Amino acid sequence: MNTPFNFHLTKFSNEAEILRSEVREFLIDALKDIPKETRAETWYGADENFSKKVGEKGWIGLNWPKEFGGAGRTSMERYVILEEMLTAGAPVGAHWISDRQSGPLIIRYGTEKHQKELLPGILKGESYFCIGMSEPDSGSDLAALRTKAEKKDNVYIVNGTKLWTSGAHRCQYMIACFRTSQEEDRHGGLSQFIVDLSLPGVTIRPIIDLAGRHHFNEVIFEDTEVPADMLIGTEGNGWNQVTAELALERSGPERYLSSYILLQELVNEFSSRNDDEGVTEIGRQMAHLTTLRQMSVSVAGMLDEGANPALEASVVKDLGAVFEQDLPNIAHRLMGLEPDANGSDFQRYLAILTQISPSFSLRGGTREILRGIIARGLGLR
Amino acid sequence: MLNETSQLLSDSVERIFSDHVTKECIINSEKGEWPKDLWDEIVNNGLNLVLVPEELGGVGGSWFDAGILFKAIGKYQAPIPLAENITAGHLLSMGSIQLPENSIVTILNGDFSIKDNKFSGISKRTPYGSSATHGVALITNKNSSKIILIPIPKGSISNDKNLALESRSTIDFHDVEILGSSEVEFSSDYIFKIGALMRSCQIAGGLEFLLEQSVQYANDRIQFGRPIAKFQAIQQELAVLATHAAASGVAADYACLSMEDGCEDLAIASAKSRVDDAVSICASIAHQVHGAIGFTYEHGLHFATRRLWSWRAEYGAGSYWAKFLGEKAVASGAKKFWPSITNGKI
Repeated sequence: MNTPFNFHLTKFSNEAEILRSEVREFLIDALKDIPKETRAETWYGADENFSKKVGEKGWIGLNWPKEFGGAGRTSMERYVILEEMLTAGAPVGAHWISDRQSGPLIIRYGTEKHQKELLPGILKGESYFCIGMSEPDSGSDLAALRTKAEKKDNVYIVNGTKLWTSGAHRCQYMIACFRTSQEEDRHGGLSQFIVDLSLPGVTIRPIIDLAGRHHFNEVIFEDTEVPADMLIGTEGNGWNQVTAELALERSGPERYLSSYILLQELVNEFSSRNDDEGVTEIGRQMAHLTTLRQMSVSVAGMLDEGANPALEASVVKDLGAVFEQDLPNIAHRLMGLEPDANGSDFQRYLAILTQISPSFSLRGGTREILRGIIARGLGLR
Repeated sequence: MLNETSQLLSDSVERIFSDHVTKECIINSEKGEWPKDLWDEIVNNGLNLVLVPEELGGVGGSWFDAGILFKAIGKYQAPIPLAENITAGHLLSMGSIQLPENSIVTILNGDFSIKDNKFSGISKRTPYGSSATHGVALITNKNSSKIILIPIPKGSISNDKNLALESRSTIDFHDVEILGSSEVEFSSDYIFKIGALMRSCQIAGGLEFLLEQSVQYANDRIQFGRPIAKFQAIQQELAVLATHAAASGVAADYACLSMEDGCEDLAIASAKSRVDDAVSICASIAHQVHGAIGFTYEHGLHFATRRLWSWRAEYGAGSYWAKFLGEKAVASGAKKFWPSITNGKI
């Protein structure tokens, strides 16, 4: 066999580097009043005013085609915006999902009506989407999902529960995967819908995470009548559509930059110390960061070429999660400080990231699922 | 996607190595035999001249092209100083010195001096010093550097080997006549840095081999009535090996590409540090998957793992380069940290 991965490296264009300066300039002002805790949360942090400002700059939907209101620029240029925002700790969480995958899904599979009605709000940073995949009995095993959508006249009647739905409480819409029929092939009979979360019969309940934050939700559908024209794509083709969506979800800079702030803070702390062990560890993590970034950028380059880098995306996400999960432990080892939500800046960052780091290898595909995908790529299964 | 030159080089080196670098060839070389046929085939195809410009009779390839060959050396465990010869060709070309005919040129490691046009100093751990005809050294005085070409047999050679039984000689030169000398604009650590680049690429290639061998073995080996590849425990381990092998390939490629932009420090240091971490993880998994058979001399896995264990320490271990990076980062401060990553410069 030959290596099944195809990471050829891509360089950023001059236009992308010019955009980088613009984003840095914009963030100096836009982040003035953002509290430290929010900065450590990166894309878990949400601020609607911030998202509107990003929309005004034209930086949402940057790589969408112009006919859909996007800027028609490249995935590489969009990548610059993402990595600059994440490393600066910008609260991008409100518009993150709709920019990354809901908008592109609507462009790819939506009807003209969906596109005309929904895309402008996303582009302005005013309309937010969440992802309705997981259910109480369907986590890694997505095909086990049971929430039913039964066609009756001009509506689908939906009954069931979505779980771990990030940000549902501040979103107007969910792109949900429901079971529209029972097929022999368990991947069959699934369909995607755009669900207006203000419809009667939709209840959103908070699930408080271990850090005491409200980020996840349980979304309950009880005889919810979803208009039939809100089915997106083809009935029964949900599995393929969702799989395509996951490739977009797995390779971005959010998959290795979640704990970036700790590395930067370590550089700050060790600038005034004479400590070879700390300095060497910082350098080692720099090497990991530099390499992950090249891998992740390479996937963005492949997306621009129209390739399908699903396997490479899994590699980036798995290595990225290990990296961003290691950093809180490394910061603990080098500094020996108590993670304290009321302590120094460093202690506050450490408090948040230590607690949220277990989610890094769960969200968007668990470590075991990703490694299973990689093993399949290697021809082992 | 590879360009035409790169594809051609890649095809030639794969063909030559898969024909000539047999197990027998490696074993004989471990006993001290020089693989003449293999070397002649490399030279006849001009692969040792990949970094020599066309006007000086070379291929005029890029550092990325050189990286393809460096990786192939690791992937096939080719027991020849091809990487060193390619680098020597680059160094000499920068000083407009031609590579001597029918030569095997290596690079010299040490502090050297010139007095009355005679060369002195001790080159330690000289790669393939037992077979090389010539050596290239860099001498730096205050503001100027010189590339020097030296005949190896004029030195007093004490042969030694690394863990992989590759020749690593100590050569004592005392007032040896210089065959060529030229002023160049290199910093004194230039050869050491290129050495780290070579070994990073070779390691990336070696890890590719570990992955291929381990996947193959897992698919062939039957236990409990089925190939061990069908066990999730094995699949998950091999997936981890694959991710680190992939990362090493990218780290090495990035270091090669950075040579073209003249901002190699961050990328080379990152590469050596990154691949060193990968060796620890991947060698362990490859041996674990192979079980006892992979621990025997008879089985070829160790030709790769012993090389990886040697190479990761040559031209600065990962920890050396990590410290190099860390020191630069803390000296520049936190505000410049992210820009240094995006600029590729520290």
